[in-house]
Amino acid sequence: MALLDIKNLHARVEETGMNILKGVNLTINPGEVHAIMGPNGSGKSTLASVLAGREDYEVTEGEVLYKGQDLLEMEPDERAREGVFLAFQYPVALPGVSMSNFLKQAVNSMREHRGLDELSAGDFLKLMREKAQLVHLDPSFLRRAVNEGFSGGEKKRNEIFQMAMLDPTLAILDETDSGLDIDALRIVADGVNKMRAPDRAFLVITHYQRLLDYIVPDIVHVMVDGRIVKSGDKTLALELEEKGYDWIREETVAA
Amino acid sequence: MQAPPAPIVARPEDRFLTAFELNEGHTLNGSNARLHGLRKQAIARFRELGFPPPRTEAWKYTNITRVLQHEYRLNLLPVETRLTPDDLAPYRIPGLDAHTVVLVNGRFAAGLSDIGHLPDGAVVTGFARASETHEDLVNRHFGAYAGDEQDPFTALNTAFTLDGLFVYVPKGTRLRRPIHLINLIQAEEDLFLQPRLLVVAEPGSQVQLIQTDASRTAVPTFTNGVTEVFVGTGAHVRHYLVQDAGEAASAVNTLSVYQEGGSTFTAATTTLSGATVRNNVYVLPNGEHCESNLYGLFLGKNRMHVDNHTMMDHARPHCVSNELYKGILDDASTGVFNGKVLVRQDAQQINAYQSNKSIVLSDAAQMYSKPELEIYADDVRCSHGATSGQLDEEAMFYLRARGIPPKEARAMLLIAFARDVLDTIELDVLRTYLDERLDARFHS
Ligand SMILES: Nc1ncnc2c1ncn2[C@@H]1O[C@H](COP(=O)(O)OP(=O)(O)OP(=O)(O)O)[C@@H](O)[C@H]1O
Ligand SMILES: [Mg+2]
Repeated sequence: MALLDIKNLHARVEETGMNILKGVNLTINPGEVHAIMGPNGSGKSTLASVLAGREDYEVTEGEVLYKGQDLLEMEPDERAREGVFLAFQYPVALPGVSMSNFLKQAVNSMREHRGLDELSAGDFLKLMREKAQLVHLDPSFLRRAVNEGFSGGEKKRNEIFQMAMLDPTLAILDETDSGLDIDALRIVADGVNKMRAPDRAFLVITHYQRLLDYIVPDIVHVMVDGRIVKSGDKTLALELEEKGYDWIREETVAA
Repeated sequence: MQAPPAPIVARPEDRFLTAFELNEGHTLNGSNARLHGLRKQAIARFRELGFPPPRTEAWKYTNITRVLQHEYRLNLLPVETRLTPDDLAPYRIPGLDAHTVVLVNGRFAAGLSDIGHLPDGAVVTGFARASETHEDLVNRHFGAYAGDEQDPFTALNTAFTLDGLFVYVPKGTRLRRPIHLINLIQAEEDLFLQPRLLVVAEPGSQVQLIQTDASRTAVPTFTNGVTEVFVGTGAHVRHYLVQDAGEAASAVNTLSVYQEGGSTFTAATTTLSGATVRNNVYVLPNGEHCESNLYGLFLGKNRMHVDNHTMMDHARPHCVSNELYKGILDDASTGVFNGKVLVRQDAQQINAYQSNKSIVLSDAAQMYSKPELEIYADDVRCSHGATSGQLDEEAMFYLRARGIPPKEARAMLLIAFARDVLDTIELDVLRTYLDERLDARFHS
C-alpha cells in the first residue's frame, strides 16, 4: 500500500477563495524520497500546508489517503501523532516556550498516542542531546525559547532536529535548504540521510538541485500553477537547473 | 389624589457616614489619640469627596458606584473565627519557608499566625496591636504615605482602620525569610472589609512580603484595603500580591509607596479571581537613584473585571521605573490598565518604561489600556507601549503540527505569554506555585 496517495487535490485560500491547488496527483511509497520543484507561487508550500492540516485552506475536490486513511479528516495534531511531519519553510518563534518544554510536550504526546510511557527526565535529556548532535546543534539551544532569535540557518537545523526527535513516517521538508550555508546544507542533508529508512518517506520541496546532490531523490516532480506537470528521475532536477521552467510551461500549454 | 412618595435613594456614602457617627465614641476610639485625630480628618475628607461618580476620568472603565450599590455590611465588631491552622492549607504556598501572618476579615488572627523567629528589633504583628506596642513608629508612619486627601477609598479606610498588618524592619536588617500574609475572608454575610497594612523598612533593610487574598465564602464581599510602604535609604522591599478571593469578592486595593534615595521597591500582583477588582499603585521615589518595579498579571474569566491603575511620580532625578502588566481575558471578563508616569520638572535623567500587553480570548472579553505620560523635565528616557490581540494562530499551528493537542498548545502559549511577568518573581517557590496555578487554570 502507498504511504501517501493524493488524488486530484484542489484547494483554495479559505479567506479569499483564490484557487491554488488545481488537481494534484502524487503517490509516495514507504522508503521513497520525492522532490518537488517549481517556480515561486506555484503552490508547493500550500500543498505541504494542506497535508499538515493548516486551516487557512479549504479542500474543494479530491482526496488524500495516508496509510489508507482519510488524512484530510484528521486534526493537525492527530496527523502529527500519526507520523506526518512538516519542516516549516518559515519556522515560528515561540517566545516564552523553552525548546526543552516544547519538545517534551511533543515527544510525550507522540508516545502517549503510541501507548508508550512518558520518557523520564534523564532519558529525555539523553534523547535530546543525541538528536541535537545529528544536526550539530549546540545543547545550549535547548535552554532557549523556540526559534526566538535563531538565525535563519539555525531555524532550519532546528526543524530537522525536531524531525529526528519525533521520528515521523512521512516527513515533508519545505525549503529546508534555503538560508543554509554550504556546511549547514551538508549537515542537514546528512541528518536526513541518516534517517532514511524502508518504512519512512520524504517529500522534499526545494528550488535547488544542489540539495538533491546530497539527498538523492527517487522521483522529482515539477509543480506549475497548482499541478504536478512533470515527473522524472533525479536527472530532471539537473535539467531544470540548466533550462529553467519555461520549457515545461510551454510543454504543458502545448499538451 | 396623592402622588406616590418618591423612593428614598440612599447614597452608599451615607451608610458609612452614619456608621462613623454611631461608632466614633467607642469602637473606633482606641487609646491612640493621633489615630483618632486622623480618623476624624479622614471621614471629613471622605464626606467631601464621596465615592467617584460614574465617568470620573480615573474610574472611566470601572463602574465602582454600581458595585457599591450593594448593601455590604460594615461590621466593626470582631467575628469569632473557628478556624484552625489546618484550615489554612489551601492558601499556603508549597515549600515556602516564611513568617506566616493571618488576617481574618481584616483582623490579625494571632492563633492562626506562625510568625516564628525574627531578627532583633524586627516586628511582624497585627496593626491594632502595633498601634499600642509600637505607638511611636505607627504614629510616625501611619497615614504619612497614603493619599487621604485625593482618594476617597483611602480616606474611608483611614476613618475606619481597626486592624491589619504591621511590619517593621530596623536599619540594616535583612529578613532572610519572606513574610507570608494570608488575608482571608470568612463571612456568612456580605461584609465590607477595610484592612490596613503598614510596612516600614528602615534604611539599608530588606524585606519581602507575599500577600495571598483568599475567601471561604461565596457571598458578595467588598474589601477596601490600604497598604502603606516606607522604603528607607538603600532599602529593598518586594511586595507580591496573589489575588484569589473568588468570583463574589470585589476589592479596591490601594498601595502607596514612599521611597528614599537609593532604594528599590518591587510590586508584582497576580490576579487570579475576583468580581470587580481595582488595584491602585502609587509610587513616589522621593530621593535619587531609586528603582521602582511594578508588575502585574491578570487572568479574567466569566464576568470578572480587573483594573490596574498605577501612578509613578518621579519627583527626583536619576531614578528608574519599570512597569509591565499583562492580561489574559476570557469569557466576558474585562481588563483595564491605566498607567500614569509623571516626571516632574527637576527630575532629570529618569528612565521610565511601561508596557501593557493582553490576549483577548473571546469576543465578549474586553481590554482597555490607557498609558499616560506627563513629562516636565527634558533629559528623560520614557517609553510606553500597549498591545492587545488574540492567541497567535501561527504559533498554535506550529505546536499542533508537532503533535501537541490544542488544549495543551493553548495552555503552553498562554503560560509563555505570562512568562516574562512570572520571571520577575525572584522567589522560586512562589514562581513555581504561580506556574502551577496557571497551568491548572489553562488546562481546566
Ligand atoms: N493564506 C494565503 N492567503 C493568500 N494567498 C495565499 C495564501 N497561501 C498561499 N497563497 C498564494 O498562493 C500561491 C501559492 O503559494 P505557495 O506558498 O504555495 O507557493 P510556493 O510554491 O511555496 O512558492 P515559493 O517557492 O515562493 O515558496 C501564491 O500566489 C500565494 O501568494
Ligand atoms: Mg513555499
